[in-house]
Amino acid sequence: MGRDSIEGDSEMAKYLLLKHYRGAPAAVNDVPMDQWTQDEITAHLQYMRDFATKLEATGEFVEGQALAPEGTWVRYDGEGKPPVTDGPFAETKDLIAGWMVIDVDSYERAVELAGELSAAPGKDGKPIHEWLELRPFYGNPPTITE
Amino acid sequence: MDEALLRSLTPGVIGVLVRRGADFAAAEDAVQDALLEAVRVWPDDPPRDPKGWLVTAAWRKFIDATRAESARRRREELVDAEPEPGPASDTDDTLQLYFLCAHPSLTPSSAVALTLRAVGGLTTRQIAQAYLVPEATMAQRISRAKKTVSDVRFDQPGDVATVLRVLYLVFNEGYSGDVDLAAEAIRLTRQLATAIDHPEVAGLLALMLLHHARRAGRTAADGSLVALADQDRSKWDTEMIAEGVEILQAALARGRLGEFQAQAAIAALHCDAPDAAETDWVQIVEWYDELAELTDSPIVRLNRAVAVGEADGPRAGLKALGELDESLPRYTAVAAYLHERDGDVQTAARLYTEAAKKAANLPEREYLTRQAARLNRKSPPHP
Repeated sequence: MGRDSIEGDSEMAKYLLLKHYRGAPAAVNDVPMDQWTQDEITAHLQYMRDFATKLEATGEFVEGQALAPEGTWVRYDGEGKPPVTDGPFAETKDLIAGWMVIDVDSYERAVELAGELSAAPGKDGKPIHEWLELRPFYGNPPTITE
Repeated sequence: MDEALLRSLTPGVIGVLVRRGADFAAAEDAVQDALLEAVRVWPDDPPRDPKGWLVTAAWRKFIDATRAESARRRREELVDAEPEPGPASDTDDTLQLYFLCAHPSLTPSSAVALTLRAVGGLTTRQIAQAYLVPEATMAQRISRAKKTVSDVRFDQPGDVATVLRVLYLVFNEGYSGDVDLAAEAIRLTRQLATAIDHPEVAGLLALMLLHHARRAGRTAADGSLVALADQDRSKWDTEMIAEGVEILQAALARGRLGEFQAQAAIAALHCDAPDAAETDWVQIVEWYDELAELTDSPIVRLNRAVAVGEADGPRAGLKALGELDESLPRYTAVAAYLHERDGDVQTAARLYTEAAKKAANLPEREYLTRQAARLNRKSPPHP
């Protein structure tokens, strides 16, 4: 079980690059977007689009999505009852803004790409140095295990 | 229509086009188009000579694709040259394609994708589905791979080891989509074994067969993993095991041991045992020693520690484990197992929980969590 084959050095895998509205450590260039110039916003959005396009061309792009900041908490409330909804809770510490899924040959490559995405320009056209969370997907269990 | 036949003809047809002067990338595209046409046409109008039909259709598609003015001049030259079928045999073409698609300049994922398309005859969509990426992404991966090897001469001798590595990766991926990658890897390795006489090719084929034969026993009805010791061995495919053993014995008899033969030998010993207790663990440890010398892989030594635990008792296994790096994948899971065998249930339960957090896939995580839960019920953890 696990990557216990003698060829276990290949780390072809999918990774999630997770971007947070809130909850990540503070970025270096931490000025929020509503205080940027129009050109700075345009440059930032273009950088993000170019990044995705580049990953499509390298055959490493799986998908990318952005999330609205406000959501609802939902839970089962017993047989025959409608689900209970609540929130949004302003005090929630961690708030996910969006993600990109990549399919790469190594962990090192995933780190490299996350670093590149974190360099997206912000205020004064300088890199944001935003913290992105990098999470590996579970893959299939390998066939050869002994 | 026989899709396996159609796909098995793929590398030979690409080879014919390349020998007629088409570059590999264009030839591969043309053959892929011809395969799609065959799927449409053959059910109603099966050809008498399937390969001849494919060569004709692919060549026409190649000519159609080279319509530019500069290309037309080239085309006239090519048409003049067409009657020369070239001296190379089908077998040589097939082998050259394996080498090209596993060229060391390619990343593992590119080599895998290119091999499945150009040698395996799978469509880009099928490969994309098997690896759970968008078709556009897979198309780009394949197109870049073709660009990477565009300067490689088709008749250059390649390295069998890189080909085997790629086939091993395909096999070990198992199957998650419509395409059974394990079965496809076996088909491609079998085809390679007919194209080249090499003990490690035979060794890898045997290894695949000896693992594939046990597939039905490896997962329960609900999809959860079943450990080797708990598998219902009546579910194993004895015919496939017999074939694997025969191929392995013939390879070993040639006296050129390699890592795949050694791995297959270990798999064969497992297949040979009526149950876990009657397994010849002493011999398995010896094979791991051979394997460790061949590969110097820490993962081999980890598996060896498990085998030592069975052959000489859990204390000996833990001692062998103690010499290894704790950060190895599955180290904690092995430690948990050996501690349970040694009777230290609480340590085992704690380690199983820890191992579950480090698991590389979901079925394994669930398996390890169940082990922890089973032991915690037996002996609740101290508060």
